[in-house]
Amino acid sequence: MQRTECSALMMSVLGIASVEELFEDIPKKVRTSGLKLPDRVEEADLARALRDMLASNKPVTEWLSFLGAGVYFHHIPAAVRSIVSRSEFLTSYTPYQSEVSQGMLQALFEYQSFIAELTGVDVVNSSMYDASTALGEGVLMSHRISGGTRFLSSKAVNPEKLSVARLYAKGANMEVATVDYDENSGTVDLDDLASKMTDDVSGFYFETPNVFGVFETCWKEIREIVGEKTLIIGANPLALAIVRSPGEMGADIVIGDAQVLGVPMNLGGPSIGVFGCRADHIRKMPGRLIGMTEDAEGTRSFCMTLQTREQHIRRSRATSNICTNQALLAVAVAAHLALLGREGLRTVAMKNLVNMKSLSSEIDSLDGYTAPVFGAPHFNEFVMRSPVSIDRLNEILRKEKIHGGYAIGEWFPELKDCALVTTTEMHTSNDHRRFIEALRVSK
Amino acid sequence: MRYHQAVHEVPILLEGCAPIVDDRAGRESEGLLPSDLLRGGLELPDLPEREVVKHFINLSQMNFGVDNGLYPLGSCTMKYNPKICDEISSMDTVAHLHPLQDVSTIQGALAIMFELENMLCEIGGIDAVTLQPAAGAHGEFTGMQIARAYHESRGESRSEIVLPDTAHGTNPASAAMVGYDVLDLPSKDGCVDVEALKAAVSDDTAAFMLTNPNTLGLFEKEVVEIADIVHEAGALLYYDGANLNAIMGKTSPGRMDFDIVHFNLHKTFATPHGGGGPGAGPVGVKQHLEGFLPVPRIVCRNDMYELDYDRPESIGKVKAFYGNFAVLVRAYAYIKMYGRDLQHVSEQAVLNSNYLKQGLMDVFEMPYGKLRKHEFVLSGRALKKRGLRTMDFAKRLLDYGFHAPTVYFPLIVDEALMIEPTETETKDNLDAFIAACKQIMSEDPEIVRSAPHNAARRRIDEVKAARDMILSWRSYRGKKESHHNGQASTARD
Ligand SMILES: Cc1ncc(COP(=O)(O)O)c(C=O)c1O
Repeated sequence: MQRTECSALMMSVLGIASVEELFEDIPKKVRTSGLKLPDRVEEADLARALRDMLASNKPVTEWLSFLGAGVYFHHIPAAVRSIVSRSEFLTSYTPYQSEVSQGMLQALFEYQSFIAELTGVDVVNSSMYDASTALGEGVLMSHRISGGTRFLSSKAVNPEKLSVARLYAKGANMEVATVDYDENSGTVDLDDLASKMTDDVSGFYFETPNVFGVFETCWKEIREIVGEKTLIIGANPLALAIVRSPGEMGADIVIGDAQVLGVPMNLGGPSIGVFGCRADHIRKMPGRLIGMTEDAEGTRSFCMTLQTREQHIRRSRATSNICTNQALLAVAVAAHLALLGREGLRTVAMKNLVNMKSLSSEIDSLDGYTAPVFGAPHFNEFVMRSPVSIDRLNEILRKEKIHGGYAIGEWFPELKDCALVTTTEMHTSNDHRRFIEALRVSK
Repeated sequence: MRYHQAVHEVPILLEGCAPIVDDRAGRESEGLLPSDLLRGGLELPDLPEREVVKHFINLSQMNFGVDNGLYPLGSCTMKYNPKICDEISSMDTVAHLHPLQDVSTIQGALAIMFELENMLCEIGGIDAVTLQPAAGAHGEFTGMQIARAYHESRGESRSEIVLPDTAHGTNPASAAMVGYDVLDLPSKDGCVDVEALKAAVSDDTAAFMLTNPNTLGLFEKEVVEIADIVHEAGALLYYDGANLNAIMGKTSPGRMDFDIVHFNLHKTFATPHGGGGPGAGPVGVKQHLEGFLPVPRIVCRNDMYELDYDRPESIGKVKAFYGNFAVLVRAYAYIKMYGRDLQHVSEQAVLNSNYLKQGLMDVFEMPYGKLRKHEFVLSGRALKKRGLRTMDFAKRLLDYGFHAPTVYFPLIVDEALMIEPTETETKDNLDAFIAACKQIMSEDPEIVRSAPHNAARRRIDEVKAARDMILSWRSYRGKKESHHNGQASTARD
């Protein structure tokens, strides 16, 4: 049957002459007549128009990029996209009907398992929106665990992430104050932390690697100073292939962004917020959890669990308002980790580290440049001090089709004339050479 | 009944994985990191690509999506997602953009976002939109922060959000998360009780949250009076856009005098749900609230798009960067594809819903009014006489190759079945669904109670999951080991 014919039949069943009759309950006073939008477009024209529009973008596949600061260009095996393009995953809703959603549920359980292993904590939820909202949720959870009116964060954190955390903290009437970093090492200033860790403080957050790319070396001392209060540690899940996990460092809560494990940069979204914690805090944690169970025949099965923490059951007393999360990306992360495997992941992480070392030392040997500015060990990015203003430098680099490092002075005025330079396993020695050459001539 | 979901035995990826070895000692010699920072063992699989792909493809076959069939999950707007939108959003010029690139190198991306904001303004009848929020609930959070900033800017500190008892759980949860007290308003005949609302609002009310049509699928006819009452109290009116699919081109939140609106792009604008996300939850406001929107704002100056952070009244940021761009691109493509014909989308959604409702009225009772918009709510109370519950009926529908409706929501309907077919289902599909519902009502109750029979699993024990709390491979192995040890020691005793 033709579509118009069907509509006519349906209308006759309903005893109406026009669909307009189905909208008669909308008061005249608020009725509008149609939309001021362009005419519909055929698929071929749409594809052409969008492709043309997007063509003015300069993706990092066309231009060489040294940008990072929380979002990274890593290789994603082709199989990852092929897996998450499966309609059954892509077009399903939250797996409320577990019996027909075992695929998604098991994949999410595997995501939770992998991330729990990497981060070294007992429980990981099946995703938050991104690392910054994960931090916001972490601050609220810290309030549920330890009370308090103030939350402390290391200052060596992307200030935009802190802006998000501050907004979330407001809801619990908490303010977020910062703890200085040591100017030489780039790690947490322990004296400043100790002096600020007063009774009204709920908890403390630091990152490893932090916004300057440096690993926190004083984690033992920090855990001691934080004492009974809540410790939240932010980590790069890729770096965790080679470095000590936040769980081992004594974190109560772990956050991070798993975009680095199989998700394209997408201009910053969607990415995927990691959120995990120690088992004794489970009931205070936000987000969806997938658990293992059995069906009526005793077959191993999976379903969403501990939902009494969530908004659809607990409403205003829920641990969070989150409903839609980043599930499909959690599947991508699980697939990515499975494809790389232990050795593959370690190799990638090592390559990042080695590339960082070689690029920073090459820059450091250039006249007038210092890299890295901070002394602690780094992962895949570092702060570079330049003899030329970063705006000027990046303008010159753009002429060479290079996205230079981020002008981190925008975030940290004390780092004027500094850039955050990132290199990953995607960079070849030739790419480094191009960058060094451009720096040399720009002086 | 010919439906049968695939069943594969798929081991967990870590099952049978080699034991973890702490190889820290060997790696110290590399000297790249101090030994104090080195990781010990790492338990991840070691599988060829072929095995990993097989694993996930077999899993996918044990998952039901819109592409498999009718997915009438009320409130979720599970419409078909056009493939061209996916194709465009996975192009290099979308996927491989870094958010901190100079704006001169992302003009196409900014143009799309700028135009999407404008199109959402037109559809929503509002003046300004931010694309930053990641989902509907995140939009609510943003909207509540805007309400708070607005009242504070006027030197007022209002402490309460009022909302109807039919509201979605995210509404009260979002209000509470922003620090508000929540007042639940009992409904009258399935709609807002205007007298009760009048009595409830005061100079302590920050906002009233509402979705229209509401979660029963009923259009709140007294919306004009509601808006007046709320505004007279000095409060703001918040629109939960989850149900926008019912009214495009017919009315708009702005026209109904709402001040703040969120859109669920993963519902109305066809971006795929991905098994729970990612989505996008843009927020629109009327002019008087524009200054409070999150930074940055996308502005167009001399034909160049720029990111403007200079908004002193802004609430700040709700998420890193500019929103879920890859999702926004899909929604943009979808809106462009339909253009002004989006109103026909709403017409078909409402026609399909009313047709389906008509076909099911002699199967189940439908409390409250007859004329529904894009969805309707039935009561499964009649099942109780046969010793069954709504959940049993829902599980049996799975055997017929349909996804189940939303169940037990909204809370004011006993044994609720919330059904939303969307505009993309054909009459044949709707007829088949009606026939299946009728057939189930004549089946042996035991078959229904023990459903599903044709899914990858039989009824799943959720109570056991909550009791056992096995939330990862680690905790599974830990529990198995302690169980074995426990058994061993009992045997010895
Ligand atoms: C009525 C209603 N409001 C709000 C939401 C929350 O939206 P999201 O899941 O995008 O956070 C939903 C979606 O489930 C809904 O149906």
